[in-house]
Amino acid sequence: MSEVNTASKISNPNVGDVVIDVQHLTKKFDGRAVVRDLSMQVKRGTIYGFLGPNGSGKTTTIRMLCGLLTPDEGTGTCLGYDIRTETDKIKTQVGYMTQRFSLYQDLSVRENLEFIGRVYGLDNPKAAARAAIKRLGLSGREEQLAGELSGGWKQRLALGACTLPSPQLLLLDEPTAGVDPKARREFWNEIHALAADGLTVLVSTHYMDEAERCHEIAYIAYGELLVHGTVEHVIAASHLTTYIVSADAGTLNTLSQELTGKPGVDMVAPFGTSLHVSGRDGAALEAGIAPYRRRADLDWKKSEPSLEDVFIDLMSKAQDNFQ
Amino acid sequence: MSHIIPREASRRHRGNGFWRKTWAVLIKEFIQLQRDRVSFGMIVMIPLMQLLLFGYAINTTPRNLPTAVLLQEHSDVGRSILAAFANTGYFRVTELPTTEAELDRLLASGKVLFGVEIPANFERALRRGEVPSMLVIADATDPVAAGSALGALSRMVQTALVHDYAIPEAGAPAFEIRTHARYNPAGKTELNIVPGLVGTILTMTMLIFTALSVTREIERGTMENLLAMPITPIEIMLGKIFPYVVVGFVQAAMIIGVGIVLFHVPVLGSLFVLAGLSTLFIATNLSIGYTFSTVAQNQLQAMQMSIMFFLPNILLSGFMFPFAGMPVWAQWVGEMLPLTHYLRIVRSIMLKGATLSDLHYDAAAMAGLMLVAMTIAVTRFRRTLD
Repeated sequence: MSEVNTASKISNPNVGDVVIDVQHLTKKFDGRAVVRDLSMQVKRGTIYGFLGPNGSGKTTTIRMLCGLLTPDEGTGTCLGYDIRTETDKIKTQVGYMTQRFSLYQDLSVRENLEFIGRVYGLDNPKAAARAAIKRLGLSGREEQLAGELSGGWKQRLALGACTLPSPQLLLLDEPTAGVDPKARREFWNEIHALAADGLTVLVSTHYMDEAERCHEIAYIAYGELLVHGTVEHVIAASHLTTYIVSADAGTLNTLSQELTGKPGVDMVAPFGTSLHVSGRDGAALEAGIAPYRRRADLDWKKSEPSLEDVFIDLMSKAQDNFQ
Repeated sequence: MSHIIPREASRRHRGNGFWRKTWAVLIKEFIQLQRDRVSFGMIVMIPLMQLLLFGYAINTTPRNLPTAVLLQEHSDVGRSILAAFANTGYFRVTELPTTEAELDRLLASGKVLFGVEIPANFERALRRGEVPSMLVIADATDPVAAGSALGALSRMVQTALVHDYAIPEAGAPAFEIRTHARYNPAGKTELNIVPGLVGTILTMTMLIFTALSVTREIERGTMENLLAMPITPIEIMLGKIFPYVVVGFVQAAMIIGVGIVLFHVPVLGSLFVLAGLSTLFIATNLSIGYTFSTVAQNQLQAMQMSIMFFLPNILLSGFMFPFAGMPVWAQWVGEMLPLTHYLRIVRSIMLKGATLSDLHYDAAAMAGLMLVAMTIAVTRFRRTLD
């Protein structure tokens, strides 16, 4: 708790508990809306997961929050500063980790960190870089060129770089893409430790297991924010009924083809030796699958929909509205 | 959604298909070339522009060269001789100094290429049938520019006074012209070329250094990170230019040093002034290169812009062809190029011993060009990814 208080002392006095507060953001490229009427709020110390398919507007939203893009419509504040007019102040307190590795490949780990320390005006950039190298477990690699690091180490360095100037808010754009499970787990442990210190983290991802590690999530598709809240809340709000059918692979393949398109069945997805069959209208789904439930070679079980089921369903619904 | 791959489409050809694969790359290259509109435009524009520009501008036997005339007496004969000078087509009287010191200053600053002095009692001597002499001083730092004009003088002497009565007719010319090739009496071309090369080499290397600096950040993806940081376009620009000022300074010192040792080019003026103005010239070129970098969309375009800028620098600055011999519009284009001013500066300081007060116009012009380039660069620099 004490860290939270010290953190809020050095930040904008106008910012209360809400770090990101934006309303009706719209961004168009060549007349095509990439983000439409997006409103969101993120509280201090929260790990906020940002999910959605490729091209849904996640990166564009993050860039609008840190002043890299100017919204065409809408208003809002980030850390209490106006995202249109006070981007200079936002930049000093936000750590932004880009989707593509964007540190200097031809500078060493130490040189990259010292550069960032100097740009942010740290009193002792060399000492700050040394401390970050130690904290990130990069000791022994400090003189290695950033471009020669493996994917996992690059990602770790990038996180170290954007936390170096002690920001109030971290914006992480698909930070764990292409990183192995162990490195991902360590990364998330680090994120939780930072959030416990009062740092707010907005992280976009495609991984469902990572979504479940967030305090809150938001799902965005076709530029629109479709749902937000805790994972439990999002699943409950979907009103999706799901059955899991188990059988051998050959049977499942034919069953999948037969069930697809049946009235009441909105979604059929194979998971190894089982099939997830879901519908938005519980009664209609029951009616649709009734003839199959009597078959001896199929083992039916009612279940909670997974987060992935919920998202695929949201996406197809959004697509229907969009077209 | 069917994932079955149609057999027909995936059938492959036998053999290693050398030409097929070459064709595949060729088609891809054409498509990419077509996408890069700016490069495509430059393929057409560069040759056309350069051909028109240089075809009309370059003249190796320059005419209408600026000339200063010092009249120690005012006489009809003097006026006739001046008219004869102008009639050769090579000389254009632009200045009428009243003292020898003033004439020297005009030559030292490069404002005129020739100085003509008609001494006192010239007409009286003529009438007495003596053969008086007048002095023509040529700025021989550029032997090519001075050469053909001086050649025309001997013909002129024969005909200058045929219409003047009361001058005794004789077979021999009535007066003689003593020519004095100042600054480079032996007419050595290397004395002109080596100082010129200092400027030319610096232009080429400096432009390329900075022309790639912003486009490289964009192509490597580091620009997004840089823009997200609390840093302003001016800070980025100055930070990117300064290191190369040092590099350029070392380079300039090296070329001048080699010129002195191997080519025996003198440095008659102050080395300190030369160093200072060379630094200004280096910074000007770096700023222009940086401006290209903020306008170009990729490294290829930045390179093309640099080359397009480099060619007029060589051809219209007075490095290869006499500046004074170009048509007026081409001289105006030349005035827009930093190399034009630097060539005057470096040649004047090294060969003529010019001082800063002789060169203030060219120094100010370079500083002006640098500020214009920097202003364009800072305003063109995109602070967002919009």
